[in-house]
Amino acid sequence: MSTMFDVKANPKKAYTSFAVLGVVLLLFPFVAANFGNSWVRIIDFALLYIMLALGLNIVVGFAGLLDLGYIAFYAVGAYLAAIFGSPQFATILQSFVENYPALGATLVSIFGPEIAEKGIHLSVWIIIPFAAAIAGLFGALLGAPTLKLRGDYLAIVTLGFGEIIRIFMNNMNSPVNITNGPQGINLIDPVSIMGVSLAGESGSNATVHFGGFSMPSVNAYYFLFLALCIIIIFVTTRLQHSRLGRAWVAIREDEIAAKAMGINTRNIKLLAFSMGASFGGVSGAMFASFQGFVSPESFSLMESIVILAMVVLGGIGHIPGVVLGAILLAALPEVLRHVVEPVQNMLFGKIWIEAEVLRQLLYGLTMVVVILNRPAGLWPAPKHEDRITKTNDAPA
Amino acid sequence: MTEQTMLKIEGANKRFGGLQALSNVAIDIKKGQIYGLIGPNGAGKTTFFNVITGLYQPDTGSFELDGRPYSPSAPHEVAKAGIARTFQNIRLFGEMTALENVMVGRHVRTHQGVFGAVFRHRAAREEEAAIRKRAQELLDFVGIGQFADRTSKFLSYGDQRRLEIARALATEPKLLALDEPAAGMNATEKLALRELLVKIKAEGKTVLLIEHDVKLMMGLCDRITVLDYGKPIAEGVPADIQKNSAVIEAYLGGAH
Repeated sequence: MSTMFDVKANPKKAYTSFAVLGVVLLLFPFVAANFGNSWVRIIDFALLYIMLALGLNIVVGFAGLLDLGYIAFYAVGAYLAAIFGSPQFATILQSFVENYPALGATLVSIFGPEIAEKGIHLSVWIIIPFAAAIAGLFGALLGAPTLKLRGDYLAIVTLGFGEIIRIFMNNMNSPVNITNGPQGINLIDPVSIMGVSLAGESGSNATVHFGGFSMPSVNAYYFLFLALCIIIIFVTTRLQHSRLGRAWVAIREDEIAAKAMGINTRNIKLLAFSMGASFGGVSGAMFASFQGFVSPESFSLMESIVILAMVVLGGIGHIPGVVLGAILLAALPEVLRHVVEPVQNMLFGKIWIEAEVLRQLLYGLTMVVVILNRPAGLWPAPKHEDRITKTNDAPA
Repeated sequence: MTEQTMLKIEGANKRFGGLQALSNVAIDIKKGQIYGLIGPNGAGKTTFFNVITGLYQPDTGSFELDGRPYSPSAPHEVAKAGIARTFQNIRLFGEMTALENVMVGRHVRTHQGVFGAVFRHRAAREEEAAIRKRAQELLDFVGIGQFADRTSKFLSYGDQRRLEIARALATEPKLLALDEPAAGMNATEKLALRELLVKIKAEGKTVLLIEHDVKLMMGLCDRITVLDYGKPIAEGVPADIQKNSAVIEAYLGGAH
């Protein structure tokens, strides 16, 4: 398994498996769509979770900084996309005019009547880097006061940070209405690429037309998210095998020794927080555009814990493992939701255990079994205890 | 041998609450020397090490490395200035391979950032290749080149000590500071370590060595300082130190 994608150990085998994987990924939505769009939708969400898990993996997996508030960066990205891709900005200006007429009038004259009426509608090509940059900035903001903390103490502070962001989103509807409070922001623009909206034109039954080619909206999003995932996997892999990646792992393994080796642990940790957060921001922006709606309840502590569980269950610090963990934990509960009740109906003629209950049960059971039997995760990084030199011996 | 000074420290003081851990410690290490620091348990040797390498902040003291004053305020700054150290209790990056451990040591002398890491342009590729090559050379130098791909926590104890030295050497130090490198080694391993230190000295490196094994130190060091209760009680060539009555008293106890 471990040499299947190892280009150096066995190029032919690796490229073959990459090609097979590529074809499967390309064809997947078209096959799955036959069984209903909801299956593709599940995978769309799983892809968003992969981005999140990979971002968190930089912080927790590489640099060893336990972050329980990671969902905050997802929220930052989502709210950015919401405010700058919906009529919400007009609401904000309106609220300024009502509460602080002088300031409001100035703001309206700065932004012009067009924006004051319709809000700002940035294109996806601006939203994505913007979300990455702002979330990255928030990552550094969180990182700065926590530099001297490790382990449990860091976890508590980051947990607090995550909650602060959510509570801010929940309460920033007065005195000036910025986030629309618990009601959330609605009517967020769908992603549109080269003038084609990925939600499909109105009345087209959510079908997207690219040239002569048409596909359901969820498939279009699938390809967009897949592309982003591949970019993020590429970037994290490259970072891992670089001077910076080694510095992160060095800090995780022994911070004092890392300092003594000349690593500026402050900067390198901030970089880890920032990079991790920026992926979370991108994922959040995509989530907002995909859903068309954001509200604070999507960013609860439970979400942070689920993402951390993905990283740990898959194989902390090991990118393929983290991807596997994200797919399993994001998709399995949804699959169960769809499968459990029909199966029970078929077997027993009635429903013994409700899907929701069984889902939680299996979720917990999975966690316990994995932690007991594979404490390093389902697909951990390979260890090299008996490989003396660079040999192409059998995978461990 | 040139008589240029490599490390000169004067009036170093460090107090932990009511305990004067270091009082007016001075040291003058010439280029190319192996300089020993000995003393009974609790004499302040490791504290002194931690002070010169920036892990502890000294209360007072003047610090000069290779003719230039340096401030031991942060360990990474000290490493950059040119002092690399090992630890009394081995502190390797356990989950990394031996080679990666040494590659981390190259961090302070290399520059590629996020952009170089992601796009791997030519300069980044060349730097990475140079890091790898140098790390392998250093592993070969300390004699564990064949274990380059082994996860470092699975190395034998003696090899872990060697790996720590290789990692320290990777930072291109002017002064290599070793905190009890022979601790826990058997006689054969000690002999091998001694050979390695002689080899490092032959490369023109200056070495500061803390050690308990007086026999090892006497044959190896050019000069020795003896610490007791945080104070330097003797300084000189090994033969004189052996005869010094204050030293004998510190180690064996005086006549009461």
